[in-house]
Amino acid sequence: MTYTQLAVLGVLAVVAVDLVVLRTRLLTRRVFWVSYAIIVFFQLVSNAILTGLRIVRYNGDFIVGTSTPDIGPPPFLGDGRIAFAPFEDLLFGFALVLLTLSLWVFWGRVGIQRLPAAGPPRFLPPRNGDGEPSA
Amino acid sequence: MSNFAYLAVLAFCFIGTLWLEFVFRTHVYRRMLRLLLTLVPVVIIFCLWDLYAIGAGHWTFDVSQVTGLFAVGDLPLDEVLFFIVIPCCAILTLEAVRAVRGWPVGDGLPDPPAGGSS
Repeated sequence: MTYTQLAVLGVLAVVAVDLVVLRTRLLTRRVFWVSYAIIVFFQLVSNAILTGLRIVRYNGDFIVGTSTPDIGPPPFLGDGRIAFAPFEDLLFGFALVLLTLSLWVFWGRVGIQRLPAAGPPRFLPPRNGDGEPSA
Repeated sequence: MSNFAYLAVLAFCFIGTLWLEFVFRTHVYRRMLRLLLTLVPVVIIFCLWDLYAIGAGHWTFDVSQVTGLFAVGDLPLDEVLFFIVIPCCAILTLEAVRAVRGWPVGDGLPDPPAGGSS
């Protein structure tokens, strides 16, 4: 199979894990999409380093675009690439992130280390802290 | 190029999210069991994908920019660390967003933490 095919299958499989297998339904939650928006930005940055410096090199036989050139960086945009990386990496990353977060939520739901819960941030008052004057 | 180029990217990701643990009080690294139970399946599944992709020739690594250490077979240690670091970054991000906004995540905690004012 090509990387393109595997990446699409990977996303579909992990979507099924989230919606059907573990039933964490992160895909229906605002918290997931806002988190993913932040994550994908930094994925593009760090992956641009990995692929732009040709630390990782791709074979054009298995992606939509062409192979990473022998000399110099691949195209920043175009030829199936986004920020030097094959667009397939976005699917790969999405599957990695969604599977991770789905499992993290699943283990919490079955009662493993729900606590200590996250927050409150140092720069915000406690949400419902004792004696908190909450207007 | 240095053999630590790949590791440097991972260090950038790890340190770039570590502060969330303290400033947003995400408490991810204090829930180590839950974190490990999450990481183990992810690392196994994505290492298998990676091994297949390397075997099939989907991608290769610049030997002058990776450690040269291998985890199993042709799988560079750098890649295994990637599948540990990036999931940690993702969980920290989710918990930081939750810490600020209080949006429900569905993990059994009372959803907006016993409030509802926001």
